[in-house]
Amino acid sequence: MVDQLQVDGLRIVASTGDGGRKTIVSDVSFSIPRGEVLALIGESGSGKTTIALSLLRYVRRGCHIASGSIRLGDSDVMAMSERELRSLRGRRVSYVAQSAASAFNPSMRIMGQILETTRIHKTLPRKEAESRAVELFRALALPEPESIGSRYPHQVSGGQLQRLMAAMALITEPELVIFDEPTTALDVTTQIDVLRAFKRVVRERGITAVYVSHDLAVVAQMADRVVVLNAGEIRESGPTAQLLQNPQDHYTRELMAAARPALGCAGEGVASESPVLSVKDLTAGYGQPGKDGRPKVTILEAINFSIPRGTTLGVIGESGSGKSTLARAVAGLVPLADGTMTLSEAPLPGEMAQRNREQLRKVQIVFQNADTALNPAHTVARILARPLAFYHQMDGPQRDRRVRELLDLVHLPAAILDQPCVRLSGGQKQRVNLARALAAEPDLILCDEVTSALDTVVAAAILDLLMELQRELKVSYMFISHDISTVRAICDDVLVLYAGRIVEFGSRETFSAAPFHPYTDLLIRSVPELAQGWLERSGHPPSKGSGGEIAPGLCPFLDRCPVIIPGQCDRVPPPWHHLAAGNSVLCHHTQDALAGERAMDEGARSPRG
Amino acid sequence: MTTIVELLLRRLGASLATLLLVSAVVFLITNLLPGDPVQEMLGQAATPEVVEALRAKLGLNEPAYLRYLHWLGSMLSGSPGVSIANNMPVAELVADRLPRSLTLAGITTVVAVPLALLVGIVAAMHHGTRTDSIISGLVMFVVAVPEFLVATVAVLIFAVKLRWLSAVSYAPPDPTLAEFLETYALPVLTLSLVLVGQMARMTRAALIEQLQQPYIEMAVLKGASPARVVLRHALPNAVGPIANAVALSLSYLMGGVVIIEVIFNYPGIASLMVDSVTNRDFPLLQVCAMLFCAGYLILVLLADVAAILSNPRLRK
Repeated sequence: MVDQLQVDGLRIVASTGDGGRKTIVSDVSFSIPRGEVLALIGESGSGKTTIALSLLRYVRRGCHIASGSIRLGDSDVMAMSERELRSLRGRRVSYVAQSAASAFNPSMRIMGQILETTRIHKTLPRKEAESRAVELFRALALPEPESIGSRYPHQVSGGQLQRLMAAMALITEPELVIFDEPTTALDVTTQIDVLRAFKRVVRERGITAVYVSHDLAVVAQMADRVVVLNAGEIRESGPTAQLLQNPQDHYTRELMAAARPALGCAGEGVASESPVLSVKDLTAGYGQPGKDGRPKVTILEAINFSIPRGTTLGVIGESGSGKSTLARAVAGLVPLADGTMTLSEAPLPGEMAQRNREQLRKVQIVFQNADTALNPAHTVARILARPLAFYHQMDGPQRDRRVRELLDLVHLPAAILDQPCVRLSGGQKQRVNLARALAAEPDLILCDEVTSALDTVVAAAILDLLMELQRELKVSYMFISHDISTVRAICDDVLVLYAGRIVEFGSRETFSAAPFHPYTDLLIRSVPELAQGWLERSGHPPSKGSGGEIAPGLCPFLDRCPVIIPGQCDRVPPPWHHLAAGNSVLCHHTQDALAGERAMDEGARSPRG
Repeated sequence: MTTIVELLLRRLGASLATLLLVSAVVFLITNLLPGDPVQEMLGQAATPEVVEALRAKLGLNEPAYLRYLHWLGSMLSGSPGVSIANNMPVAELVADRLPRSLTLAGITTVVAVPLALLVGIVAAMHHGTRTDSIISGLVMFVVAVPEFLVATVAVLIFAVKLRWLSAVSYAPPDPTLAEFLETYALPVLTLSLVLVGQMARMTRAALIEQLQQPYIEMAVLKGASPARVVLRHALPNAVGPIANAVALSLSYLMGGVVIIEVIFNYPGIASLMVDSVTNRDFPLLQVCAMLFCAGYLILVLLADVAAILSNPRLRK
């Protein structure tokens, strides 16, 4: 077989701020036969994106390729002039970026950006290029293929944008396509559609590709061969099947272990005690309330739950389901349009301005992105001292001592006290972020996607820390996540949010086996399994979502539901059904119907991974 | 489409409201200025009776709010009173000076804006290189040097030493090209130097911010040439901040050119306003102030329109 791409002894060096040099990719060699997909897998800092970009001989600011050879077909990429490079990029090698939302120019129409490559390289006259683009849109299962190109990037959804970017990469029929974490920013239910679309075009067109990812389960679906990277070096490489079944390197095994979170040791809450927080009929949204007292845009509706002391409530849903708004409403950042909250048996005002200092202290929030939640100019010591002074009036040596204790709690060395936050790693920052919340000695911590921005191994360590703190401090959590396996692993109770409504509630045990609400079922099934062929086997129809308005009161999931009962679901508001396992679902289907649906479907599939 | 119109109407309404507010402030402040215009006109020798008679004639004895309303009405009807200092209708005085100021401002705009954009774009394209440092250094230098120094040195070199140009800028009614150049070369040069510096810096900053966005990396990876990356991708997204910087700089041309008008003895509206302050010529002063404010608001409005039209999210 002919190798389409050959990389030998690639070494990439970055200049550090203080004039020094650091090797970020060392001695990397691999080759890709024509028509195969090779995956580069590793965590952030592993050099996977740097290597992928270097195949276009492009490096980010401050980096350069120190040595090595890159051959594409018959040409030596390292020997090309600037002009030759321009005719390589986009024409012979094309790139699909991680975040299509920021990789599309916001002020140009999508079609213009897709055709730009054909115009720059003069590969096709405009008319033909346009019809090829539409053909690609069809192949990638995009809605309204004839007209979607005339929209602007902000007018299409994230999953569609990612597929449009693939169309942009494929329009010149390049010899090599680089997919750089193309589904990482997407919801699982969207990811599965995008993966399907990618897989289909890659197979049908015999595309040679590099697939960069941190997610072994995704890679298992897409790649023929896998290269495992850590700290800029190759740890292991081989055919996907071999690597999955028989990983040689301990780092590969670590990655695989982190991909399957073990069940944590939650469930120590004392149910007899009064709940730390209970929420009744909460409705919240944004914008000035209208005459009916409802906000302009209602985000959350009729939310009821309570969190027993010392336990964790998981909140799960896709982006846009209202999970962050729920955390912000409990924190007092979003006013309630309706409903009441009770904190330790006393009413909790909806607005932060009306809460007293004790109430503020008892509810703390930890945001997803520690990079933006912590003031980059402040030192760790200053960040932690502030809540101590504010809530506990501590100062002097007493406060310094407490700051050190807090660092100890989150397993950070005291040496970082005087460092500004920008110097810390992502995991360290999230620990500081958590320590800041702990400084208040809260009863309840609202964790909003606290591990989503972290690598799997680092995220697993943060989850362990959360559980450890709960055992020691008896603190309660509201743990918001889009990742159902994480929620199942650490939460006592789980509620599933869809379009601002709770569609299912139950203890975590009830989430390990059917029956579920059809939406929960879709969520669970959309999580890629660490097994080749899962994508082909998982048989649920692509989620559609008509985008039409659903009348208030009716099931919010009805336009995507695979088991919709016509004449009932679209007419009558769904009731709450309490299922035998203890979970409750907002659905017209009964226990037997939901279980039967699942069983039938299960039977048609080959056994799970 | 309706949303743009709606948005523009709202901006226009806000501008008019601002103008009304400013008119009140201008009226208030001019009435707080020390010195009595009547006393100023008649001189020390005037008897109290004469002063009182003139006050009554000019309506200065009425309560302030009535005078304000009168004034507002007269401005809206296009005849904003008579100059106290030389008894000529204010409208006539302004009509004589305003076109000259607008000519100077217009020529300076035509010269300075393209030049500033060019300098800013070149600097941004070479961001971080020696070319950028040299351009940025020069621009900083030009911004830092006060315009009266530039003007004086320019007069010294081109008018006094080289005798190429006249030190006084006064255009005859129908100038030939040579006369035109001779009249405007020095003031336009001086003004452009000041303005180009500010606008080029803002253009560079706005472009560099865009050049760090992921979509620029994407354009490079599609094989786009550096010129295409900057002009086709980055520039349209930087129109908003650039237009605002240009508007702010140009608004300086309306009122801030006093020094230039004085040095080159150019009969523009800024020197008219300075004269009106010295003479306590309230009607004239008020109209000048309102004109500057209106000019400023028009420029900012235009910048907003440019920003809206360049942004598909706002444009809808």
